[in-house]
Amino acid sequence: MKYDKILLEHGNGGLLSHELISEYFLPRFKNPYLERLEDSAVLTIGNHKFCFTTDSYVISPVFFPGGNIGSLAVHGTVNDLSVCGGKPLYMSCGFILEEGFPFESLQTIIKTMSEAAAEANVKIVTGDTKVVARGAADGIFINTSGIGIVEYPGTLSVKNIRPDDVIIVNGTIGDHGAAVIRARENLSLSSDMLSDSAPLNGLIAEILKVSPNVHCMRDATRGGLGAILAEIAKSAQVFINVDEKSIPVQDNVLAICEILGFDPLFLANEGKMILFCPKSDADKILKTMHKHKYGRNAAVIGSVRKATQGRVVLKTSIGGERMIDLPTGELVPRIC
Amino acid sequence: MKYIDEYRDPAVVTALLKRIETTAQKISHTVTIMEICGSHTYAIGRFGIRKLLPDNIRLISGPGCPVCVTSARDVDIALYLAGIDNVIFATFGDMLRVPGTGGESLQKKRASGAYVRVVSSADECITLALANPQKEIIMMGIGFETTTPTIAAVVATCSKKDIKNFSVFSVHKIVPPAINALLADPLLNIDGFLCPGHVSTMIGAAAYQMIPDAGCAAVITGFEPADILEGIWILLQQIESGKKEVAIQYSRGVRPEGNTRAMNLLQSVFETTDAEWRGLGIIPVSGLTLQNDFASFDTLKRFDVPDIKSADISGCGCGDILRGIKLPNDCPLFKKICTPANPIGPCMVSSEGTCSTYYKYY
Repeated sequence: MKYDKILLEHGNGGLLSHELISEYFLPRFKNPYLERLEDSAVLTIGNHKFCFTTDSYVISPVFFPGGNIGSLAVHGTVNDLSVCGGKPLYMSCGFILEEGFPFESLQTIIKTMSEAAAEANVKIVTGDTKVVARGAADGIFINTSGIGIVEYPGTLSVKNIRPDDVIIVNGTIGDHGAAVIRARENLSLSSDMLSDSAPLNGLIAEILKVSPNVHCMRDATRGGLGAILAEIAKSAQVFINVDEKSIPVQDNVLAICEILGFDPLFLANEGKMILFCPKSDADKILKTMHKHKYGRNAAVIGSVRKATQGRVVLKTSIGGERMIDLPTGELVPRIC
Repeated sequence: MKYIDEYRDPAVVTALLKRIETTAQKISHTVTIMEICGSHTYAIGRFGIRKLLPDNIRLISGPGCPVCVTSARDVDIALYLAGIDNVIFATFGDMLRVPGTGGESLQKKRASGAYVRVVSSADECITLALANPQKEIIMMGIGFETTTPTIAAVVATCSKKDIKNFSVFSVHKIVPPAINALLADPLLNIDGFLCPGHVSTMIGAAAYQMIPDAGCAAVITGFEPADILEGIWILLQQIESGKKEVAIQYSRGVRPEGNTRAMNLLQSVFETTDAEWRGLGIIPVSGLTLQNDFASFDTLKRFDVPDIKSADISGCGCGDILRGIKLPNDCPLFKKICTPANPIGPCMVSSEGTCSTYYKYY
């Protein structure tokens, strides 16, 4: 191993995060459920299929335009269950609070969490609180787990992706990353920039109702759409073609990317998912998505081809080509 | 998005490509064009421009990424400074992962407890200095003429406000002497230069006169696809007609005389000195150091830096790649042991580095 200490970059969802998981956690915790490395583990208990997930939320700033750490925790958990075909039912939440954290902020976070849970129709059924000394945490960290029941008869998995599948995204990408960067950098740009943090279980339920042929779904969170596509191409061993012009991006997100030198493809989302389905089902799925408030800007962004080596190639807006790979490094503003 | 879409319009791009093709057909030899600036390298990769060009146009990348040309010695000094107790070491983010002689980096230093702070603008150092009066703030002063005036402004402000706990470790460089070094290099055979857009916003067009004087074509070019293609077309026209001059394609950002106010500020705080460039060696009067009046803001005068044994990593091709003599694929380490996750040389670290661009986009 090239590192003797954890670097911040080990947490960016890119190459080092993958190395951390595959070289340290997987070999020791080895089992067929974990090895799938999907957003939730899918488990069979008796005659029922369940999905089970966990996530930790350490976002800074805790409050950002369009949400806070509490709504994010609920949405993230709900989405991890939903993209595996589960109907989210129950959640746990563990709070790690830093000495001195304002009660007013905590109250706002709890209120938003309960509202988010109500919208997603999940119940927070167990929890835990710990308080650590000032300096031992950054205000507030939240850990959650979630359980959902899988009623969808098909299997949703990266392994099910087939040549000629089309790829659909449910809306504009990079909104969450841009909103957080803007809040963090305190940039005064004139237009509003809101996180897209949202529960996708309603939208996904509608999609699965109209198509029994969805092959795979993933939420495009940390690392953005680019990282998810690169990861899927590698793990499914397919060639993914993406058309830059067809990827929905808001103008204000593009603007902040141009100023700071970011690529919207690698900015985080908290209410975006991609799905792979046969071309024949794409129209009806899109139609269904367009009717839902979290799918209004849904679009087909690319397709899958057979390959011996997993690769993603983007057709650029001017007709050129470039590769998309897992991101490395922290998101940093450019130097000149 | 207004002011961006116009320069990425497929119809405009197609029309320019047609003109390039027509002009390129009239030239019988392979045309070698060097883009000096790292932002051009990045944009050419990001938009996939290389594949759209005719076969007899060869684009090579030059020494215009400030992170990439920082010498191993300067990286080692930065690592030493960041490790001093009571220091907040402020840096632009691109420097974080650049490995020094022993493989250490600012990123790894930070994980070991050093206070390394990524800033997006040098003036954040003023806030840091005021908020931490008991600490020493060191800014890694890196960049070409585009960035340096902002550092000069911070030094001038600190001097005026009598802020005493701030200093600059200056590895700033200036572009024209590096171009002179390239023009004098017998191994290089460059027909035309895409000159950097934003450096030129500061220094103007006259600074590049040595390029046409040496018989090469030159055009100051913007960073959008249509800019770059128009720049290439202008170079081809100069090469075809034999009339070499410093053209300004990026006229919306560059005045012939440059930004005299910013340059005056730079020249009132900094003075030129010899500097070591990775790949190009020591180039006379190509670096910037603080003038005597501002000596108290010069990190190297404030701190005793011991003699550090620095060495470039053996086998790393960054030096030749920065001179345009080799392509990343010619380097034995490229994609094998040198990857963005484990960069051996600086060209793999910076997002504008040639190796990183080749790894990511080709």
